[in-house]
Amino acid sequence: MILRKTVFTPQQEEKPTREGFGEGLMIAGEKNERVVALCADLTESVKMDGFRAKFHDRFFETGITEQAMSGVASGMASMGYIPFMASYAMFSPGRNWEQIRTTIAYNNVPVKIVGAHAGISVGPDGATHQAIEDVAIMRMIPTMEVFVPCDAIEARVITEYVATTKSPSYIRLTREKTPLLLPDSYVWNHGRGYVMYLAQHKHGGEFTHKVAIIGCGPILYEAIKAAMELEKEGIGVTVINMPQVKPLDVGYLLRVAHEVRAIVTVEEHQVTGGLGSAVAEYLSEQYPLRVGRVGVNDRFGQSGKVSELYEEYGLTSKHIAQKVRETLH
Amino acid sequence: MHSLTDIEVQALTLRAEDIRESIIKMLLEAGSGHTAGSLGMTDIFTALYFRVVRHNPRHPEWVERDRVILSNGHIAPVLYATMAHAGYFSVSELKTLRRFGTRLQGHPHRGTLPGIETSSGPLGCGLSQAIGMALMDRLEGHKPDRYFYCCMGDGEINEGQVWESFLLLNKYKLNKVISIIDRNTIQIDGYTEDVLPLESLKDKLESFNFHVIEIDGHDFKDIVRAIGTAKSSLDKPTVIIAHTIPGKGVTQFEGDYRWHGKSPNEQEAKEALKELRTFRGKVKFGEL
Repeated sequence: MILRKTVFTPQQEEKPTREGFGEGLMIAGEKNERVVALCADLTESVKMDGFRAKFHDRFFETGITEQAMSGVASGMASMGYIPFMASYAMFSPGRNWEQIRTTIAYNNVPVKIVGAHAGISVGPDGATHQAIEDVAIMRMIPTMEVFVPCDAIEARVITEYVATTKSPSYIRLTREKTPLLLPDSYVWNHGRGYVMYLAQHKHGGEFTHKVAIIGCGPILYEAIKAAMELEKEGIGVTVINMPQVKPLDVGYLLRVAHEVRAIVTVEEHQVTGGLGSAVAEYLSEQYPLRVGRVGVNDRFGQSGKVSELYEEYGLTSKHIAQKVRETLH
Repeated sequence: MHSLTDIEVQALTLRAEDIRESIIKMLLEAGSGHTAGSLGMTDIFTALYFRVVRHNPRHPEWVERDRVILSNGHIAPVLYATMAHAGYFSVSELKTLRRFGTRLQGHPHRGTLPGIETSSGPLGCGLSQAIGMALMDRLEGHKPDRYFYCCMGDGEINEGQVWESFLLLNKYKLNKVISIIDRNTIQIDGYTEDVLPLESLKDKLESFNFHVIEIDGHDFKDIVRAIGTAKSSLDKPTVIIAHTIPGKGVTQFEGDYRWHGKSPNEQEAKEALKELRTFRGKVKFGEL
């Protein structure tokens, strides 16, 4: 079980995942001088400003040209470099999907696409800026690897990792500060799923039901809260992080499926096309069991505070717990 | 680069006619593909691969090579035919164009066929890639001395991504990027000035602060001279507007936009080959 000791204590720390990315990019830039970065007029926002200051000649401001930026990054990669190209997820990969598909993925060059401000937690900016389809559109592209870090620490570690791989990669980041869920000692384990929370037998005797919640991204915090709530009702929940949505750690998924009565997936994304789909697709062929999916249900987002939006779109721990109960019945 | 002698022009002309023959044959065999643009760009591709570009067909991955980026991937037949005649692979492989299992995909795929610098087909993507390559070349201090040739269609310039790329090209003043626009005035739905007017193209490009050269895209001396001038431009990127005749070399294809995306049938191919082999009746069939 991997969980930071300070979570749910008064010492709980918070940091946005994009900040972890910025730290990871600095480290990757130090380690490998072939790491270069491109940004479409959002350098501070996507936390590339540190890299820009330190590696000025390896940073390229493209202006608001997400489509051309993809091509420039592809050209750089074909010359033997590792370009990280960042914008808001709504614009990249939102606007430049075909360019990513043809000139990056079909060319099979190691461009690292960083989609910041993903999810509805962008909040006040509203639906135009809330990318909740990005994992789906990236997951469908052959050769593309898809990562959804759960906190700033995982974002840093994933960034360092993808700088060493030869595949095109997509990393999904969020804007708001969210709790640090992983210890500082966390190391990347090749995209394997892992347990973040395991229900304890506090009340004596066995749990009536065993359920796994499988999630990705900062919403796992809500998932863990839901598991704690369900524990009081005698429902034993294991919370699992799947930080790499593609390729998915199906071996682990299958082992988990054998041990539980139902699985509930959790993500800040449309329920179609994301992690929930990936899990349901695999299990329906290999080991059919009840799968409930928590996510946005075929709707656009809107302006609001994160707490208001989580409530409206059914993403709070309360909604997750309810989905677990429904899935069991 | 010295200017071409008449004998050199003659050699390139013969080479281009061989390549045109291969294009007609491979399109006939494939039963689909883009005829007009391929024939229209044959002289430029011949000049590039047999005169201008530093490359090594035996070592397509040679790091010091110039890069030829074909942005309008639908004219792949001229790229494939030129590469085959240059020695990248056997001319006989050309007949596999568009067939299942072929290295000669309907639109080029980087990785399938050595020597293909990028996958293309969806329009407007090439120039930005040439920019990315040239930026890394600059980061390495222009060592070795490499050039980045981006061939694109005129209809392709409808794409917004091309204009994004023009902005970037001006920003970074990448003089090692030499863009060649095939100004054949046709696109699928008709003549470019009817579909979406581009004129005055030269003025537009000059307003981006590019070094713009207009040439006859079928005149080898003109082509080679323009590229020589482009290489001597040390402060500005060069864009060559190459006026070409779509379907060049075959009377029935020339200047007719309907041949943009069509391949010849057996009778049409036979007539086209006859015309090419006889240099339009100037020499007797069989003498070549």
